[in-house]
Amino acid sequence: MLKHLFKEITRRPMGVACLAILAALYLGTVFSQFLAPYLPTDQDLSSAYHPPTRIVLEDWRPHVQVYEQVDPAAARYEPVEGETAPIKFFAAGDEYRFWGFIPAQMRLFQVEEPHRIYLLGSDGTGRDVFSRLLYGAQVSLSIGFIGICITMTLGFLVGGIAGYFGGKTDFLAMRLVEFIIAVPSLYLLIALRGALAERFEPEQMYLVIVIILSLIGWAGAARIIRGMALSLRQRPFVLAAEVMGQSSLRILFRHFLPNLASYLLVAATLSIPAYILAEAALSFLGLGIQEPGTSWGLMLQQAQELKVFTLNLWWLLTPGAAIFITVITFNMLGDVLRDIVDPRQQMVKR
Amino acid sequence: MLAFIFRRFLTMIPLLLGISVLVFVLMAIAPGDFLDVARTQEDIPAEYIERMEEEFALGEPWHTRYFIWLGNVVQGNLGESWIYRVPVTELLWQRIPATLVLSALSIMFALCVAIPMGVLAAIYKDSIFDRASSMFAYAALSIPEFFLALLAVMFAAQTGWFPTGGLSSVEHEFMSFWGRMADYAHHLVLPTIVLGMGSVASYMRIMRANFLDYIRSDFVTTARAKGLGEGRVMFVHVLRNAINPLVSASGFILATLLSGSILVENVMNYPGLGQLIFEALMRQDEFVVVAAVMMGCVMLMLGNLIADLLLAWSDPRIRLEKN
Repeated sequence: MLKHLFKEITRRPMGVACLAILAALYLGTVFSQFLAPYLPTDQDLSSAYHPPTRIVLEDWRPHVQVYEQVDPAAARYEPVEGETAPIKFFAAGDEYRFWGFIPAQMRLFQVEEPHRIYLLGSDGTGRDVFSRLLYGAQVSLSIGFIGICITMTLGFLVGGIAGYFGGKTDFLAMRLVEFIIAVPSLYLLIALRGALAERFEPEQMYLVIVIILSLIGWAGAARIIRGMALSLRQRPFVLAAEVMGQSSLRILFRHFLPNLASYLLVAATLSIPAYILAEAALSFLGLGIQEPGTSWGLMLQQAQELKVFTLNLWWLLTPGAAIFITVITFNMLGDVLRDIVDPRQQMVKR
Repeated sequence: MLAFIFRRFLTMIPLLLGISVLVFVLMAIAPGDFLDVARTQEDIPAEYIERMEEEFALGEPWHTRYFIWLGNVVQGNLGESWIYRVPVTELLWQRIPATLVLSALSIMFALCVAIPMGVLAAIYKDSIFDRASSMFAYAALSIPEFFLALLAVMFAAQTGWFPTGGLSSVEHEFMSFWGRMADYAHHLVLPTIVLGMGSVASYMRIMRANFLDYIRSDFVTTARAKGLGEGRVMFVHVLRNAINPLVSASGFILATLLSGSILVENVMNYPGLGQLIFEALMRQDEFVVVAAVMMGCVMLMLGNLIADLLLAWSDPRIRLEKN
């Protein structure tokens, strides 16, 4: 089925474009340590709020323009005429552990100290926004996948069991679902976070967020899966399996799951954005990922300063653009997938 | 009709009870309480803290406190804010109108933009306008509210056309009545647009899809065959039918608005319910949190109820009573 799906996606220009963007984003995330010129915690207080550095060609080699600080209070930097530093490719930089265990030093590009390269400027403590974006992507882009796996499993189990057994189980499960849906989700998120957060270390915040997002997210999926399970229950092949004496669990996984798989896939793709947005929102409120960690939402929270707005330090808002691109791509891919899996639901195109 | 409304109110009661229990439990699980800040300060005497602990029954388990609170609520007393030392009802009275106005304006803004756009996109299907508006819908649905709010604040700071936050300006007290209204309106423009943007997109998509559905239906052919003008067919016959699903979608949209308002109100420093909930949760002001969350849910349920009533009023095929 997956092979067929992939083929269908690649036949549509929109699908190809979405896949390409997502592939680029995730590759960037996987190799963020190699691609980022600096560590996300690497500060340089003498170059706070540095604007993006200009890249110039000298002798057909890229050089980075050198700047000098004119007015520290207004964060004004002026380029120094004629002074540049060469960009070195595949050079050694700060030591890091690739994927957490392979010690390495090589980075895609570096600039000789004391000059620094800021592709997307620097933040209030002189940390490189570009590097932080790449490292932040590790959190922001993975949380959706992990969250969705937990949610879809929970939603399938609860919805499937409720729909298959019916009766009291169904009644209880559906009242619980309605209850969760009745409360505005962000209220619940913040309250749950308040209850759980202090019991974990700040480094485990990632885990806490995944848990609370999944605790809330399963309800919507469960309700729809229950409806589908209700109709599946009456189908001859399920009845046959029952007569053959197969266990309920086996029926659930061997007969229901394959029939719901396409729905689950589309629903998962369309709900990943909700997770990315929720993590960003929590971090943005200061309730999610904590320093020294980094995520796109946290970066935006730190950009919420009057200085940023009055001095037009637009590069500090690039994490927002990153969230936007990711979310819009997932939404479009989800629509393409839905058109393939279920042509009847297609956005009216007659 | 009245029986229907009465029944809907009855179903709200268990839900509200459930929500209040949940919030109490969650607040009880969260370590610490609102006196934590006071405890760390050396100049506050220990006796005072002990007295406060006793006054607010902090030593008691949550269920004891819950039933004391519930007893008070039944008598119409929502308790007192621990931090501001004012009745919770007073705080809510200050905040709820602000959020109500913001949400109502956002929905109105969304409808005013989305209906014409949806209709035009449907009538001129596959035109440039249709494609552009569908791209816009994707973008509006994908942009996080708080990022849009940040952009709006940036825009306000750069151009100076709009205030960067708040509900009223400093000299508000000295203005005439109309001056005050204009001042509020000036402050509401950006929050309304920011909060309403996502809803514009959802409404527009629904509108377009429905309009296309109805253009193909038999009664439209009949109307044309009768010799009615194209304008009358489109706007009286098709539009009238296609608008109904928008009304029923409003309940869902209100829920997203209430969630979104927490973020937008925080960024734009708008004194609404969302900001109150966030502050109170952070400082563990228990009664305020419970009351404010419940009020948010009540607003949501009332919104759903109103949407259902409106639907029954606008679509004579729908009957609220069970036959």
